[in-house]
Amino acid sequence: MKIQVITVKNLVKKFGSFVANDNLNFEVFGGEIFGFLGANGAGKTTTIRILSGLSKPTSGEVKVAGFDAYRQTEQIKKNIGYMCQKFSLYEDLTVKENIILYGGIYGLTKSLIKERIAELLAKLRFQEYENRIIADLPLGLRQKLAFSVAVLHEPKIVFLDEPTGGVDPITRRQFWEMIYETAARGITLFVTTHYMDEAEYCDRISIMSEGKIVALDTPENLKKQYNTATIEEVFIKIARPGSLHPHPPVPFSQERRG
Amino acid sequence: MQNVIESSGISKNFGTTKALNDISFSVNESEVFGFIGPDGAGKTTLFRIITTLMLPDEGEIKVLGMNCTTDYKELRKNIGYMPGRFSLYQDLTVEENLNFYATVFGTTVEENYELISDIYSHIEPFKKRLAGKLSGGMKQKLALSCALIHKPKLLVLDEPTTGVDAVSRSEFWDMLGKLRQHNITIIVSTPYMDEAMRCDKVALIQDGKILAIDAPQKIRDGFSRKLFTVKSVEKYKLINTLRKYPMTLTAYPFGDSVHVTFINDMVDNSLFDYLIKEGISDVVVQETKAGIEDRFLELMNKTE
Repeated sequence: MKIQVITVKNLVKKFGSFVANDNLNFEVFGGEIFGFLGANGAGKTTTIRILSGLSKPTSGEVKVAGFDAYRQTEQIKKNIGYMCQKFSLYEDLTVKENIILYGGIYGLTKSLIKERIAELLAKLRFQEYENRIIADLPLGLRQKLAFSVAVLHEPKIVFLDEPTGGVDPITRRQFWEMIYETAARGITLFVTTHYMDEAEYCDRISIMSEGKIVALDTPENLKKQYNTATIEEVFIKIARPGSLHPHPPVPFSQERRG
Repeated sequence: MQNVIESSGISKNFGTTKALNDISFSVNESEVFGFIGPDGAGKTTLFRIITTLMLPDEGEIKVLGMNCTTDYKELRKNIGYMPGRFSLYQDLTVEENLNFYATVFGTTVEENYELISDIYSHIEPFKKRLAGKLSGGMKQKLALSCALIHKPKLLVLDEPTTGVDAVSRSEFWDMLGKLRQHNITIIVSTPYMDEAMRCDKVALIQDGKILAIDAPQKIRDGFSRKLFTVKSVEKYKLINTLRKYPMTLTAYPFGDSVHVTFINDMVDNSLFDYLIKEGISDVVVQETKAGIEDRFLELMNKTE
């Protein structure tokens, strides 16, 4: 029995007359790795802000971890984790201090934080880095730690924004194995990325264009449906603004802020 | 003149960090030459040396036949540089930025318009807009136009496609391809392995060292083993199970499958028997051709 951890029905979000999210419908399940793709300005960030309780829908039904996106945004925030490539840890704090800080923010008890620190350092083979500041850590280690901190409070869902951008191929694979392991524990991974090979790791992916979801399926099925060898080709076929409409593409609609 | 860049034994240290370690390569005229490697590999440092913004600690480098130390003034007139971070004037309009760069290099937009028309025409309708108000894809096109407006012989692009969506990335590489007909040599860096195939020649770079230099197809051909893709619905279990199989040499997740090499370079029934015994009965195994990233992984393992 699959449990729905994200339910989105007829979601609309408008900014003035601009429709950033235009009637979105999708579900994400417990322990699923869900790729959320789209061109710059397609409306992904708007959706993620709603799913993480930072912004309210204009209309439609949105439930995240069982909580309502209009009225229960604080509960939503407690049940999700977030990691992005640009910022995730405090560079001038040590590894240990960062864990204590995030543990505290998520309301973990002192003894539990202590336990988690020991667990994490052992799992990541990080013991020698415990008292080093983040700025001195190689990028790959930093990303792995950032991910571990994002799931420190055992959230229902973790949002990952281009989690492996710029890391070397070995670290990148270790990172994806951490993601698989986390999914196997029942945590849902919601991944956004511009890099299509990353999309191929996901269980299912959605592709957004001009505020709408234009494709939603497993990578395998999408490749079959569009008769392509890679998700990148699927993306280029359908994510270009206007590419699904019979009339000629509207130039530069990608400049709209998502 | 044959070689646009000739580098031998370049090294650069920052404190105890070896940012570049004995880097040698040469770039031919009208070539699109890619430096492929992760963040921190040394790509930007190398590009800063090539563009005369920094001096190497050791080694020799000649660009367009000129010495980077003594001829830097002349050299800079012939290089177009697009840094990784958007570096145009955000509070000038699109048009003002382009005019500014043309003027700095003692030319006019009209004089070299033909060279940039293909790229600039996309943003020309917005020429009165402030550069800071452009979308990512448009900023990228403006920055490229500004880097080209003085008709450089060498174009240096530092991670031009990082953070750009797949559609815009593909368009960007098409634009670079078209510049070839103008006899402009292009060096470009990227952390994304799939972009290697769009270059004439690539250097794989990691921890300040070059792991391999060749045509991208030849780099793929350099993979020393037979490579297999193994697929199952239970990906995570599959990876861990494959790693415990005695004949497995390497097993790495690759998108929807696992890329595996075996000690004896072959797949036989004992693999299937083993996987079934471990509870994985839906596997599909196929031999596949190694990509750039497979070769990169192989080279990384050799240096460790």
